[in-house]
Amino acid sequence: MSKSKLHVATTINGDSVEFLCEPQQTLLDVLRDELHLTGSKEGCASGDCGACSVTFDGRLVCACLVLAVESNGHKVETIEGMADGENLHPLQEKFLEHSALQCGICTPGILVAAKALLDIDPDPTETRVRYWLAGNLCRCTGYDKIVRAVLDAAAEMRAN
Amino acid sequence: MAVDEIPKSVEYPLGTGMRYESPESIEGAVALLANSGAARILAGGTDLLVQLRAGMIEPELLVDIKSIQEARQITSENGGYRVGAAVSGAELGEHAALKQTWPGVVEAVELIGSTQIQGRASLGGNLCNASPAADGVPALIAAAALCTIAGPEGQREVAVEEICTGPGQTSLGKGEFVVSFFFHERAPRSGDAYLRFIPRTEMDIAVVGAGVNLSLDESGVCSAARVALGAVAPKAMLVPEAGAALVGTRLDDADLQAMAAAASAACEPIDDKRGTVEYRVKVAGVLARRACAIAFGRARNN
Amino acid sequence: MATSTKSVSESNDYKWVGTSQVRPDGVDKVTGRASFGADLYAPNMLVGKILRSPHPHARIVSMDISKAEALSGVKAVVNKDDICDLPSEMVPAGEMMVNYRDITRNVMAREKALYEGHAVAAVAAISESIARKALSLIDVEYEVFPHVIDVVDAMKPDAPLLHEDLITAGVEPAPEKPSNIAKRMEFSQGDCQAGFAAADVIVEREFTTKPVHQGYIEPHACLANVAEDGKAELWCTTQGHFIARGHCAKLLGMDISKLRVTASEIGGGFGGKTVVYLEPVALALSRKAGQPVKMVMTREEVFRASGPTSGAHMRIKMGATKDGRITAADALLHYQAGAFPGSPVQLGCMCAFAPYDLENVRTVGYDVVVNRPKVAAYRAPGAPIAEYAAECVVDELAKKIGIDPLEMRLQNAAKEGTQTVYGPKFGPVGLVETLEAAREHPHYRAPLGKNQGRGIASGFWFNIGGESCATLNLSEDGTAHLVVGTPDIGGSRASLCQMAAEELGIDLDKVHPIIGDTASLGYTFLTGGSRATFATGMAVVEAARDVIDKMRERVAKTWDIPVDAVVWEQGFARPASSNAGAFEPMSIAEIAAMANKTGGPLVGNAAINAQGAGPSFGTHIVDVEVDTETGQVKILRYTAIQDAGKAVHPSFVEGQMQGGAVQGIGWALNEEYVYGEDGKLQNAGFLDYRIPVCSDVPMIDTVIVEVPNPTHPYGVRGVGETPIIPPMAAITSAIEQAIGIRFNELPMSPPKVLAAIEASNSAVADAAE
Repeated sequence: MSKSKLHVATTINGDSVEFLCEPQQTLLDVLRDELHLTGSKEGCASGDCGACSVTFDGRLVCACLVLAVESNGHKVETIEGMADGENLHPLQEKFLEHSALQCGICTPGILVAAKALLDIDPDPTETRVRYWLAGNLCRCTGYDKIVRAVLDAAAEMRAN
Repeated sequence: MAVDEIPKSVEYPLGTGMRYESPESIEGAVALLANSGAARILAGGTDLLVQLRAGMIEPELLVDIKSIQEARQITSENGGYRVGAAVSGAELGEHAALKQTWPGVVEAVELIGSTQIQGRASLGGNLCNASPAADGVPALIAAAALCTIAGPEGQREVAVEEICTGPGQTSLGKGEFVVSFFFHERAPRSGDAYLRFIPRTEMDIAVVGAGVNLSLDESGVCSAARVALGAVAPKAMLVPEAGAALVGTRLDDADLQAMAAAASAACEPIDDKRGTVEYRVKVAGVLARRACAIAFGRARNN
Repeated sequence: MATSTKSVSESNDYKWVGTSQVRPDGVDKVTGRASFGADLYAPNMLVGKILRSPHPHARIVSMDISKAEALSGVKAVVNKDDICDLPSEMVPAGEMMVNYRDITRNVMAREKALYEGHAVAAVAAISESIARKALSLIDVEYEVFPHVIDVVDAMKPDAPLLHEDLITAGVEPAPEKPSNIAKRMEFSQGDCQAGFAAADVIVEREFTTKPVHQGYIEPHACLANVAEDGKAELWCTTQGHFIARGHCAKLLGMDISKLRVTASEIGGGFGGKTVVYLEPVALALSRKAGQPVKMVMTREEVFRASGPTSGAHMRIKMGATKDGRITAADALLHYQAGAFPGSPVQLGCMCAFAPYDLENVRTVGYDVVVNRPKVAAYRAPGAPIAEYAAECVVDELAKKIGIDPLEMRLQNAAKEGTQTVYGPKFGPVGLVETLEAAREHPHYRAPLGKNQGRGIASGFWFNIGGESCATLNLSEDGTAHLVVGTPDIGGSRASLCQMAAEELGIDLDKVHPIIGDTASLGYTFLTGGSRATFATGMAVVEAARDVIDKMRERVAKTWDIPVDAVVWEQGFARPASSNAGAFEPMSIAEIAAMANKTGGPLVGNAAINAQGAGPSFGTHIVDVEVDTETGQVKILRYTAIQDAGKAVHPSFVEGQMQGGAVQGIGWALNEEYVYGEDGKLQNAGFLDYRIPVCSDVPMIDTVIVEVPNPTHPYGVRGVGETPIIPPMAAITSAIEQAIGIRFNELPMSPPKVLAAIEASNSAVADAAE
């Protein structure tokens, strides 16, 4: 039995971070339980709900399906890195404006996912937004205001 | 109680004292696999981590192949394409040329899970997880893709349809792993397509999957066709009779019906929480017909 | 669809009420800062995990926890010996009643394991892996019994018996032998026999529905901390921390006031978090271990061991004249309660025909236990499936008579003065307004294509009032802290602050809400029954008016005039008229600044038991398209119309309508618990328990009508629950119009739809021969 932990050096929201972890710990486990970045949520631990969405080298992934050790040498971005100091990202602003959240548990994951979409497609159609976000379950809103907020944020970002 | 006083009998839930290695070469991976007991290959991890967490598997060693160049690149080769086994679905979708040449394969892989899953899931993982319902496999079979496998005896090439032998089972030997896939040069007037049926619009395991790959001669008659079905048998399967029903025809409605009937006839599905035998048999024919129509349209445009 | 709200009341007389403001907790929620149930960590914290029965029905013969206790790193092991055995005592928990004798047994099995996943023991250890190892070291000897999971099977005389002492209540004379039928109830008025005799057309149908889970994305989670003197703190995700406090104190045999419960932010509840599961166990573990214990359910545990709502077998019979007047309505409802009595069948009986003004009604309900998790409330508990069945029959009646289903509903619609079968007469209600708005809506007239169909259905929910406290504390600078006791599930903090700001006449951003813990505020009933904006709103208004009166007194004292001569207008105390004197108006800030000199701190209080909750009616329109080769149903267009009384925050009201509608879509098309012959749940995860995903649904258009509720200062009606009621029947009717097949069961998943299409095709083919 191995008692030694693995040493990981990674970048999280632009900051260099080091931690020790066991091989089987997921990135989500470490973000929450070791680094206390609790913005990413566990809804299912099996990649079905998207509440743990983060980006990994700019790629949208479920943190529950990435081993913490895999982040060694890579870049992770979480919801905590989305606002810029005291300035919210336009997506965050639009979610508030459009009441695109009710309980808010899925909101961090959806914001991270939506930002990943707008980073590669600044002018998505409603259909594209819906299929892109299919991996982010929301039980409260029925998705309507979420989609409107994303489309509105995209429009505002294009205008600026 | 200090951590190092935990007695040896403690099992970790996700593998007993599991090791993680990330070799940077095929040889390095082969050597690691040769020297370990139960080992698993880690590519995207979207199946593996779920199984680890559920305690369904308890490997001693995880070999992460994402640092092995051959497993991570897409290159042109002999007029065709070599695709690394650990290339993610998202990366495949971004490769314009591959998407243009093998739209069916790419759309199949792009159906696996959510956008988040796409960010990690790979063709190699999808194949070697050997779920009968895997979305990538029928398209790979229809495309007559070849797998390059590395192992203690060296490398070998195998037709993709020979890899899965049953649910969760592959023909890979001890210490072997899939390094890459080879897609042959495309004949002119060829097209492929993959469709699956799921109850929702996304996020479900395929109830039925159908991959069709066909070529037309200069006069528009079908010169070659491969039809493969997923989720209707213990493994994804090529249905030679369905392909044969198309060859030599102009793919009229009657031809498509004959093909669909052959597809349905070949099914050996089960009743489970995702579908009944009857339902799968019926829908297999419907999807095969629809996928064929799309492949036909693509072939005519090439 | 770009349309959103169209409010029937054109003018809004208020500055804050009736506007959609950014919620005060919004920034925390979009930045990941907000703390939900699993987001708290304590020093010296242990991880708690539960051992669950693998058998759906078994007697617990013996249990040996010694090996688990001996494992290094394990600090406590608990089972039924650490939780109080309680006698039968009914208490309200939300809109359903619960029995303490059953709650304690559901939280921790005593004599029997009654469903797969039933908690039988628990451990607390220094790490999750050690906790899991400890669970595997607990030896439990089970005597396995046959199980029963279907409500019809459970009522048969030879069915496996869950509770040896369960004699059906509500039956005269009482049965001699126990059964799985916990209760029979009946509501009636008029004479149904005469009513059916007077009918020109009668439709009688049987319906079957499956249990569905509330599907909240946040699993149950809590952190318990019990000190050596017995004082305890509990952090948990809950719809009602005062309820949780009461239940936990009872189950642990502690004084209620020794337990302080703080409600975390809650990641969805829909009724499913009005009961306790982990909380008493975490407290028991913490008490034994002397350290904080954190417990979080996995998604699988949520499905195996927390309450879905009832599945049912129902029979509805309705009769009408050829002009469309309904002459009689009869419902027989059999609901499965899960392992312990207490399904919401009574609420189903009360609501089934509530949208109709009927003379002759009878509803009979049976509460039946089965070897499944105990049901918990789910958004209008009991009503969605009963009303689904009734609305389907109304639709079928209308089509048989040849009347437009909407016109038929208008003809028979409940209105002010309608006598309900469960007792009261309705005050002003807005069903007719929602039906008329549906009729006017462009959706109702839009063209349809091949294999497409449209359906409508109405829905009713009573909504509740109940106990709410509120405190408005004025700071020295005149800004206010509003302390309330109803956890914020959907944005109620914003609506409450809007009401407070409106009353006080100050800017919204000067009012800051907190959800007080159980020690910081008077008893407040849970968030449920669509009561937060209504009942806590009433309390907030009362607290605001209280502090305004106090401020007027201070100003009167300062000006040396009678208090009646001081009025409060738009945030200022003014002389009532020039006769009172030429005093400069005083702002809240000025009055607050001098509070100490004029008598002391300024605090407004309210402690009420809100009465007069106004029911909310809704009408939904849905268009579907059926793929006749695969049986897949696609929702093309959806419009939800509902009476909100007064929409304090219109955008949040729309959100409730949209969220409930989409839950109803899932209930109609794909959600169900799938069990094997072995009585074990096969789809205990979001992969195969299929809730709607973003790409499954279109925009949900909404129309808010406002027929004010006269008992609330702003006319508010609760809105949260009604929206889940119409979708299932509306979709059933839409499918019927699309392909000519009427379904009598839920969900209408593709294999069922395709099988019905094929059967119908071959019936047509047979007929043609």
